[in-house]
Amino acid sequence: MRGKCGTMKEYWRWPEYRHTVPGVEWTKAEIVSGGVDVGAVSSKAALIVDGRLFAYSIARTGSSSPDSANKVMDWALEGTGMKLSDIQYVVGTGYGRVNVPFAKKTVTEISCHARGANYIWGSTVRTILDMGGQDCKAIRCDQNGKVTAFLMNDRCAAGTGRGVEVIADLMSVPIEEIGPTSLNVEKDPEPISTTCAVFAKSAAIALLRKGWSKEMVLAAYCSAMASRVAELLKRIGIERDFVITGGISKNIGIVKRLEYTIGIKALPAKNEFDPAIAGAIGAGLFAQDLYGKEHAESFH
Amino acid sequence: MKDNQTLSKGQIPCGFDQKAATEKLVEDLLQQSNLSLADMAYVVSTGAGKNSSPYPASEVSMVSADALGANLLFPSARTIIDVGAENSLAVRCNEKGRVIDFAVSDKCAAGSGTFIEAMARALEVKLEEMGPLSMKAKRTIVMDSQCTIFAESEVVSLIHEKASKADIARAIHDSIANRIASLARRVRIQEDVILVGGVALNLGFVNSLRSALGVELLVPREPEFIGALGAALTRPK
Repeated sequence: MRGKCGTMKEYWRWPEYRHTVPGVEWTKAEIVSGGVDVGAVSSKAALIVDGRLFAYSIARTGSSSPDSANKVMDWALEGTGMKLSDIQYVVGTGYGRVNVPFAKKTVTEISCHARGANYIWGSTVRTILDMGGQDCKAIRCDQNGKVTAFLMNDRCAAGTGRGVEVIADLMSVPIEEIGPTSLNVEKDPEPISTTCAVFAKSAAIALLRKGWSKEMVLAAYCSAMASRVAELLKRIGIERDFVITGGISKNIGIVKRLEYTIGIKALPAKNEFDPAIAGAIGAGLFAQDLYGKEHAESFH
Repeated sequence: MKDNQTLSKGQIPCGFDQKAATEKLVEDLLQQSNLSLADMAYVVSTGAGKNSSPYPASEVSMVSADALGANLLFPSARTIIDVGAENSLAVRCNEKGRVIDFAVSDKCAAGSGTFIEAMARALEVKLEEMGPLSMKAKRTIVMDSQCTIFAESEVVSLIHEKASKADIARAIHDSIANRIASLARRVRIQEDVILVGGVALNLGFVNSLRSALGVELLVPREPEFIGALGAALTRPK
């Protein structure tokens, strides 16, 4: 069983970490706001100082959403000298957004990802693909990061992070190496015929039985995932600039094949910003707006 | 099989080497009937692994095999629903067991026996206990997830919410029965309806499917053998 057996290697496990953006001073700031994105698999917190990203953290979501929100927020604050009480407004987003104890409002993760992508990559972003732990969304937005249309698959684990975790465990390949390993083939094989995360397991075993290498099987799996996600994007229509957020944006094996399938390259990830925290950044920016609005109203 | 009479039958898990497993099974069966492979007029293979059969001379689709097999046992059969480990299918046939229409689901584990197996693991209940357990359900719970992977987490949450195992087992069977019912409706159901495949052994599932379809279901005594029976009845061209 996953997570229960201490001696077994957990290939699905991805790194949890925190980061402070250098050169941002918070003590004299006008507005300090926060965004917490409690996803189905990972929780993210972002601290925003006068509209600039100051610090963030990313950790696995536990069985309780409030605990996960508290934990990830404490971790983002760690070492910054900032306390939870210094944050004037927090917005919750993601699957567990209603369970963020210290959030004043909630905003859907679709709006937050668009807003966050607009912040990270700038106003030229028009299409966002968010590949998360348990769902996948194709989002279109305007130059202000406002959502104009979206499509979502949240019914099926294929094409989501959970699906990749299952394959990592099955193939005994650490999850961060799935992408690079899958690219280590001379020529891409036919995609695995099923994208179902459960059947992909038997399909992969059948291929290994035929004598395929690990690299070939992972290539076939990543291709299948890329073509599945490409369908979602084609249905909504892709306009440049195109970016990818969410955890799977770090899987180069899927991203490269997706770019090839749709014929459009995604803007590269920016050093300071982990693409998995776009939703938390968006939530933090909405929090700043909402604080400003409430503050302005109180003057009337 | 000899002149439409079954001489011997058996089953074996596929394991890693399907071919070897099949060869061993056939050898055992021949021995039981004091026959050799040379006595066979034909050997016909069917099922998901029919292409890797050690007897490649002739094969028949699961759809045709199910129709023929069901027709032998139930001449009144017009619709056959087959729920196996990794796929499920619905077949409408005529009085001769000829296929008129069919629908297959083999792209998603949520429509096959694998779904119940995975849920039984999450519930920590033996697969064969799932049926009897679900018959004791007192309350109807509707599951939100279709995907097997997501449904596993849902079952765990239901356990945490203190729902009884019996009620959860029923919810699991209702959930897959609803999906099989929509598959079956695609071929326009005509009675009599025969339910075959290994999952037909699960009475809890049979009950849920009967309510979902609103028709009576006939289940042969050994529903998992209908495909093999149909293959044995197939005359190669």
